[in-house]
Amino acid sequence: MATIKRKSEKTFDVLIYLLVTVICLICLYPMLYVLFASFSNGYRIYSHVGPIWYPLGFSLDGYRVVLSNPDVWTGYKNTLIYVVFGTVFSMVMTIIGAFVLSRRGYKLKKFFTMFLVLTMYLHGGMIPTFMVVRTLGILNTYIAIIIVGAVGTWNMIIMKTSFQAIPQGLEEAATIDGANDLQVLFHIILPTSKATLAVIVLFYMVGIWNSWFNSMIYLQDRSKFPLQLFLREILISASEMEGNADIQSGVGISYVKELLKYCTIIVATVPILCVYPFVQKYFVKGVMMGSLKE
Amino acid sequence: MARAGSMINNKHGWRYDLKKYKIIYIMFIPIMVYYIIFHYIPLFGVVISFMKYKPAKGILGSKWVGWGNFEKFFSGPYAWRLIRNTIMLNGLLLLWGFPAPIVFALLLNEMAPNKYKKVCQTVSYMPHFISSVVACGIVILFVQSNGLVTTLLNWLGLVPRADLLAFPVYFRSVYVASDIWQAVGWGSIIYLATLSNVDMNLYEAADIDGAGRIQKIWHITLPALVPVIVVQLIMRIGSMMSIGAGKVILLYRASTYETSDIISSYVYRAGLLNQDYSLGAAVDMFNAVINIFLLCSANYVSRRLTEESLW
Repeated sequence: MATIKRKSEKTFDVLIYLLVTVICLICLYPMLYVLFASFSNGYRIYSHVGPIWYPLGFSLDGYRVVLSNPDVWTGYKNTLIYVVFGTVFSMVMTIIGAFVLSRRGYKLKKFFTMFLVLTMYLHGGMIPTFMVVRTLGILNTYIAIIIVGAVGTWNMIIMKTSFQAIPQGLEEAATIDGANDLQVLFHIILPTSKATLAVIVLFYMVGIWNSWFNSMIYLQDRSKFPLQLFLREILISASEMEGNADIQSGVGISYVKELLKYCTIIVATVPILCVYPFVQKYFVKGVMMGSLKE
Repeated sequence: MARAGSMINNKHGWRYDLKKYKIIYIMFIPIMVYYIIFHYIPLFGVVISFMKYKPAKGILGSKWVGWGNFEKFFSGPYAWRLIRNTIMLNGLLLLWGFPAPIVFALLLNEMAPNKYKKVCQTVSYMPHFISSVVACGIVILFVQSNGLVTTLLNWLGLVPRADLLAFPVYFRSVYVASDIWQAVGWGSIIYLATLSNVDMNLYEAADIDGAGRIQKIWHITLPALVPVIVVQLIMRIGSMMSIGAGKVILLYRASTYETSDIISSYVYRAGLLNQDYSLGAAVDMFNAVINIFLLCSANYVSRRLTEESLW
């Protein structure tokens, strides 16, 4: 009896490991495929059918073209600007909001909380927001991309919860020593909440790095486009017009285009994937902070 | 005198409050301004749904048309198609995309806590960090006529050797599958976190009673997950209609609008591309109202059935 059970347990374990491994391969393989394809010979990858496990005829041609494309560099520069200034703006606002919400005793606390939380459920939507941005005269500016949609109310709530978890005694001691609210924020709350701050900074950075929709709506000037908008042109808009392009420039060109797509994906994703293994535990932590119900 | 003084302290009059918490109130000003400009003014901006809004005339100068925009939308050829597509796409995402991370978390939970499990988790979170533009770019490459996914499915005899995104029949499957690919690992985090708090004594007691693995999953692990599942489900249903236009706009083409065009992508096209702001705002508002209704109903049902709710 016992041995039968142990045997079935073993089969069960094998099955579990097998399933998990298959799922992980499905998660991972598309990226590997793109990686191998990007180092391949353009013509061979274009005519190849089915999975690949190594670059087909090693070549760096695609990368040479992609890295000499000025759009990619403009995109990188702008994305960097948006990530740096956007993250700073978002963090400052989020910290202020979270700090105010985490204070106790003042009369308008309930009102402030409602005022912010309500916006999580009620949105004006895409069009009215666009009209506000236009009325402010910041259409087609860096400012619009940096500030519109920059403050995550949910992030603010997560941060508030973590501010409130700081032992009251610490703050009281400082207050007795004559510290005002600002000093409490800078000398006690921020230094003790470094982990939470790191998580939220990462959330904002990745969010801004990956965002494209606002830029598509608010920017016309190509010199201000973030990387993702250029990627959209290269990876997506191009494929819709593929048919026309073939007619115009001959069939030969389409395999180069496909190779360029693979290389562009890698060039645009590598920075994120390089830091990913080191920061992923912070993200996991962030998800768990967010799941805490109050 | 003494009484008056203590009264001020006890009742904390407004003047006292403003003075004592001066810094807090001053700090809140920028937040207030930001939220008024970017959240509350747009909220009132939906009045243009009831107007024939002309940018040149401004909100005050534009003509009121009452329900005109709504009538125009609902009597037009697209209303039914958009509503159907939005519901279908979200329904499929709920049906396949919602349980996927739960199942994955249950599988991971059955693994011994070792290095391999960690690696698996890290790998499975990765697609979440790929931007939607890149993710859709990969999807487009994979489902083109010589793409990897098309090829594999073709070998199984499921699809013709053709660009799948050019056909309305495949749009939803491609969308849902790519969504699961990006979200399955990341979505499992919250469930795994809950499972790490389950009392180990329960499992030991079950062992003594001779329970098998499946029985333990069914009677201990799953019940432990129910509260989280319910909360996640409410939030999911509550945001069902508000699915962002982003990925749809990246993946759809004019040839697949029959199944791929959803309310939010239409709002973008009608409102911003064609600059019929009023129509766009009206359709968006209709969507938002359904959303709030869904959220409230989901919350109500769950409070009745399971005592778990958002409010």
